[in-house]
Amino acid sequence: MDFKNKLIRKSALELAKLIATGELSAEEVTSAFLERIEEAEPRLHAFINLFPDFAFEEVSRMEARFQKDGENTPFAGVPVAVKDDLSTKELLTTCGSKMLENFVPVYDATVVKKVKDAGVVLLGKTNMDEFAAGSSTETSYFGPTMNPWDTSRVPGGSSGGSAAAVASYEVPWAIGSDTGGSIRQPASFCGIVGMKPTYGLVSRYGLTAFASSLDQVGPMARNVKDCAAMLGVIAGHDSLDGTSIQVEIPGYSGMLGGNVKGVKVGVVKELAGESIEAGVLDLFNRSLDLLEGLGACVEEVSLPSLKYALSVYSIIASAEASSNLARYDGVRYGFRTDEPVEDVWEMYAKTRAEGFGMEVKRRIMLGTYVLSAGHYDQYYSKAQMIRTLIAEDFSSAWEKCDLLVSPTSPTTAFQLGEKLVDPLKMYMADMCTIPVNLAGIPAISIPCGLSDGLPVGFQIMGPPLGELKVLDVAYAMEGAIGFEEKTAEKVLPS
Amino acid sequence: MRFETTIGLEIHVELSTASKMFCGCSALFGGEPNTHTCPGCLGHPGSLPVTNRQAVAYGIMLALALNCEIAPRSIFHRKNYFYPDMPKNYQISQYDVPLSSGGSLEIDMGDYIRRVGITRVHLEEDTGKSIHVGESGRIHGADFSLEDFNRAGIPLAEIVTEPHLKSPEEARVFLQSLRSIIIYLGISDCKMEEGSLRCDANISISADERIGTKVEVKNMNSFKSLYRALVFEEERQRSLLQEGKTIVQETRHWDESNGVAIPMRTKEEAFDYRYFPEPDLVPLELDPTWVEEIRKKIPELPAAKLERFQSQYSLPQDVAMVLVGEEEMADFFERSADSKASPVEIGKWMVGDISAILNEKGISIKEAPISPQMLGELVLLLEERTISSKMAKEVLLEVFETGKSPRSIVEEKNLLQITDEKELEKIIDEVMAENSKAVDDFRSGKEQALKFLIGNVMKKTRGKANPSLVSDMVRRKLSS
Repeated sequence: MDFKNKLIRKSALELAKLIATGELSAEEVTSAFLERIEEAEPRLHAFINLFPDFAFEEVSRMEARFQKDGENTPFAGVPVAVKDDLSTKELLTTCGSKMLENFVPVYDATVVKKVKDAGVVLLGKTNMDEFAAGSSTETSYFGPTMNPWDTSRVPGGSSGGSAAAVASYEVPWAIGSDTGGSIRQPASFCGIVGMKPTYGLVSRYGLTAFASSLDQVGPMARNVKDCAAMLGVIAGHDSLDGTSIQVEIPGYSGMLGGNVKGVKVGVVKELAGESIEAGVLDLFNRSLDLLEGLGACVEEVSLPSLKYALSVYSIIASAEASSNLARYDGVRYGFRTDEPVEDVWEMYAKTRAEGFGMEVKRRIMLGTYVLSAGHYDQYYSKAQMIRTLIAEDFSSAWEKCDLLVSPTSPTTAFQLGEKLVDPLKMYMADMCTIPVNLAGIPAISIPCGLSDGLPVGFQIMGPPLGELKVLDVAYAMEGAIGFEEKTAEKVLPS
Repeated sequence: MRFETTIGLEIHVELSTASKMFCGCSALFGGEPNTHTCPGCLGHPGSLPVTNRQAVAYGIMLALALNCEIAPRSIFHRKNYFYPDMPKNYQISQYDVPLSSGGSLEIDMGDYIRRVGITRVHLEEDTGKSIHVGESGRIHGADFSLEDFNRAGIPLAEIVTEPHLKSPEEARVFLQSLRSIIIYLGISDCKMEEGSLRCDANISISADERIGTKVEVKNMNSFKSLYRALVFEEERQRSLLQEGKTIVQETRHWDESNGVAIPMRTKEEAFDYRYFPEPDLVPLELDPTWVEEIRKKIPELPAAKLERFQSQYSLPQDVAMVLVGEEEMADFFERSADSKASPVEIGKWMVGDISAILNEKGISIKEAPISPQMLGELVLLLEERTISSKMAKEVLLEVFETGKSPRSIVEEKNLLQITDEKELEKIIDEVMAENSKAVDDFRSGKEQALKFLIGNVMKKTRGKANPSLVSDMVRRKLSS
């Protein structure tokens, strides 16, 4: 195995250590991953924009900082990919939309700033469903991303680019955003680890809003420890985000013991039934046996209001999106129609008709409808009430269980184009992940095996701010499953 | 037919906080276009609002001053509509759970008091400023529009009244009283011409018990234009009703230069704002002790001051009202009345000569070179009869010219009144000797000759003689 292929197999934490001890230089690492990206991109299209020059400049800046202060930052020189809905100063941020094809932000998202401060080097911005509206990364204006396990299949979405980049060793870890499963579902489809933290744990400042009350930024990696380490980098209170929580951040990655003994795990009945594909359910059940073998107490629990979760989500997410996406109007920045227009109203209409894709328009129309006079009480207001019921169902579950589990997605990665024509089928891809966003709780997806050669994700949900507990059980399971060790060759060139 | 007019007002006040409502940009008026801006107030992707605590404090203070109940928990909503001066195409405002509600303000109409209910005081952000270039001067039919987002995001307090006002005059007095309160609170400069105080009105006319169809009138830029617009609308609606026609529920735009309110949009064309709770902000929960701290900071308000000025200083009501109407004037008066001079006289000078000079120079009392002590001194000189009132007027002008104290001006110019009877007697003797004909005339019964002689004495003393003393002395001399 050549130097590059050896290097890119390292975990983020291993790389950090090797760079810190001087065994590897940050340039070497950056070059190796950029080389890997160049090799894999034609087949995958995980990135919308790559910034190699910027990456090397970051490396020199970091080295200068190191020479001056004599103290290295914890993850100095480790590369990262960031989803293209996070604002990066002076670097294109498109949100996968024609609307922002040439948009260069004037500021860094808090998460991006934290990543930079930790010495992590941004290589590029990853592909995504347009404005995060989608579950397959197919609605991107820049074309779809392919699943590294089978390029005729989708990587999931909306953070499909980040998931594919991590799964194919283009980067050791990445950052995504999750509104209804947009980190966990692609993690599941691509066989990696992805976590959606408690709402408010990670700052949303600089995250292009899709549905503000559901959006949360989170880490994606090939193993739980890297995922925990990245969470430690990006979590924390931010005065620029009014919904940010004030709480101490534990050093997640250093606190993983993998102790599952006596942990009470509830299997959510509503998320593990007949709507789950047989192969997925089989692997899920085998993982439950494994959990029991590790000493956990596994029992079934019912959260009856979850049957409304998808409907509630469609209403609330679309309502918020319709308002959040109103700012893309051609007035101040971004795309503006070239067509002749009579007045500003026509300019708005043409700009938005040409600038937005089908799925975004569908959700804007749906959201506008549910908020409009005469429909608000019937839809939005009722959805909010049921959202409260869902949160209450989870609250009572925590009285009996430490954690809840389910498959991450009812299926494995589907064919490109398969569900694009049927939005309802597409929305079903998020049925297991959506309740978590509605309740604002943390959840992780870890790979639990292959079904017909495609990865299956196992979802672990925890109570608010229960990240450490979630990560610890995930860590224990990961060790027992040994997914990456067994499967790495399938996505890597020999 | 007897018609009843019903008016309710919706007032927007820009709060004079250092920074904007939901971002850290300067909230100062003006500046080069688009310089007081950031990703937040330009609606860039990913930017988030953070509530300005000072703006909340100002909102609470205003609500308390208008006797409102403060909601321990209120909610910000998004008001959604497209307009180029709105960076996000929604405005963060408050809707069904506002900061405060249920207040009132009593206005003094001279011969009666009108108690006006305050429906609510809530907080929101201002929009940017559009300049529509083209013949119409409005967005419809504009060739292009220029946008300045310096104003976008400046904190606004919105005050909504109950429909308790019964005439355009009451509406004007209400707005003036409200402005006066806000200036006393020091939370806004309330300059209608700069748009930091804006007023929309709802007006309806009814011929019977039923309330009429309301028409909203917008774009009134002064107290006078509010009054004119309402008078216009009152008359328009009245004549429609007299002709047996119906009134259309609509919004009208006041055109100040042509003196007409022109239709803007009907009820059917009104926006559906699709209000929903702003998910980027948590509900505004207020600590009751903080609200009490703010309550304690409320200064004496105009109504209380008016009462006190009349009782403490025995000021006539009209004088007290003028003084209280402007906080700077009231303060100046109180500091001036601290001297030995009579407060009533000080008050008269302030509403008379001083106000006239200020008006003429177009400056405020704060900017004037006269100090409260100087005015006290001037009135005292007058009361001691050291100078005549005619001279006092000249001295006052001199104070405004030079900024010197009245006493030093009087001394420098040798303006002290001649009250020494011996000195005066000498001058009177001279005048009588020079004008023997007049002396004879008076003695033969021509009363007018007396005035002629007094005038000559005043001339000889260059006005410094005390006129009543001179008059007494001349009369005495002539009859001896």
